[in-house]
Amino acid sequence: MSLYVYILVMAVTTYLIRMLPLTLFQKEIKSRFLRSFLAYVPCACLAAMTFPAILYATDSVLSGLAGLAVAILLAFWGKSLVTVAACSCAAVFVSEQLITLL
Amino acid sequence: MNRREYSAGVRDSLPVGIGYFSVSFGFGALAVSYGLRVVDATLISLTNLTSAGQFAGLTVIAAGASLWEMILTQLVINSRYALMSLALSQKAGSRVGTLPRLFIAFFNTDEIFALAMARTQPLTTSYLMGLGLTPILGWTGGTLTGALASSVLPLSVRTALSVALYGMFVAIVVPQARKEKPLLAVTLLAAALSCLFTWAPVLNAVSSGLAIVLCTVLAAGVCALLFPLPEEEAHPQADTSRPGQRAGHTREAAV
Repeated sequence: MSLYVYILVMAVTTYLIRMLPLTLFQKEIKSRFLRSFLAYVPCACLAAMTFPAILYATDSVLSGLAGLAVAILLAFWGKSLVTVAACSCAAVFVSEQLITLL
Repeated sequence: MNRREYSAGVRDSLPVGIGYFSVSFGFGALAVSYGLRVVDATLISLTNLTSAGQFAGLTVIAAGASLWEMILTQLVINSRYALMSLALSQKAGSRVGTLPRLFIAFFNTDEIFALAMARTQPLTTSYLMGLGLTPILGWTGGTLTGALASSVLPLSVRTALSVALYGMFVAIVVPQARKEKPLLAVTLLAAALSCLFTWAPVLNAVSSGLAIVLCTVLAAGVCALLFPLPEEEAHPQADTSRPGQRAGHTREAAV
C-alpha cells in the first residue's frame, strides 16, 4: 500500500478526533470512568511504546538499556525534555563504542 | 483578524514552538531510521502534529499493517484530544465561529490547549490562530532538520539519535509517575503488558500497532477502574494544574 494512503488516513483520523468535538458534538462527557480512562491514556501509550522497544532500537540490547537507564534517572531528577533525550542518545553512543572496543 | 490578538497568541506559544522543534527532531531521526524519506517524514509531521500518534503510525507503516489498524491506533492514542477539544469549545463559546474552529482543531495539541485554557482574557479567533503558528513551524521544521541530520550523519550517531524520541517519552512519563501513584501504576502496567506482547508466545504474533492499542486500553482501563479520578479533577483542565506537569519547559514539548 502506498505510504501516502497511510499518511492520509492517519492525518484525517487525528484531525476528526480534534475537529468533531469543536464543531458538532459538544456534549460534556459525564462518565467518571471514561474521563479517568482518557486521563490515563497518554502515560499508558507512551510507556507501551517505549518499553521494551527502546531495547531493540539500537545495535545491541545493552546500549538500549544504557540509554533507557540514563533517561529514567535524569527524568527522575526533573531534568528537561531535551537534556534527558540528548543524554540518552549520548549514553547509547558511548556504550556502543565501548561494546565495539571490547 | 485582530493583529494585536494574533501577535499575543504567537508570543504566548513561542516557547512551545521552540520545544516542539527539539522533540520533532527526534521523530525525524527515528522516521529516517525506519526507512522513510526526509520529505515523507516531514509530511507526516506537517499533517498530523502529534508525537505519540505519529510514532505509533510509524510502527504501523513499518509493519505494513492494515488501514483499519492505523485508524484504531490513532483513535485510541489520540482519544484525549476529543476531551481537550470539548473543553476548548466550551471556553471559546460563541465568539469563535465554525470556520476558524476547523483550523484551530488542526493544531489543538496538549500544549496549545493548555495555553488556551490558561488565558484569563476571553479567547478570540485571532488569538487562537496565533497560537498555532510557531508550534506548526517548529514541529515541521524540527522533523525536517532531524531527518536531514540523520541521513547525513555516520551510522553510529544515527543509531544513537534513534533513541531520542524514546528519551523524550521517558522524560514526559517519569516525572508524572513519580508524583502520582495511579500514573505510576498505569505506566508500569502498560510496560509490563508491552513486554508480554513482545516476548510471550502467541501474543508476540500480534502486530505492533495493535499491541500498542491493547496495552493502552487495558492499562488505562484497569487503572480507571481501580483509581477513578476525583470528580472535579476528571477533566483535562485539571492536567494543567497538576504540580510541575505543565509548568516550565519539561511539559512544554509533549505534543
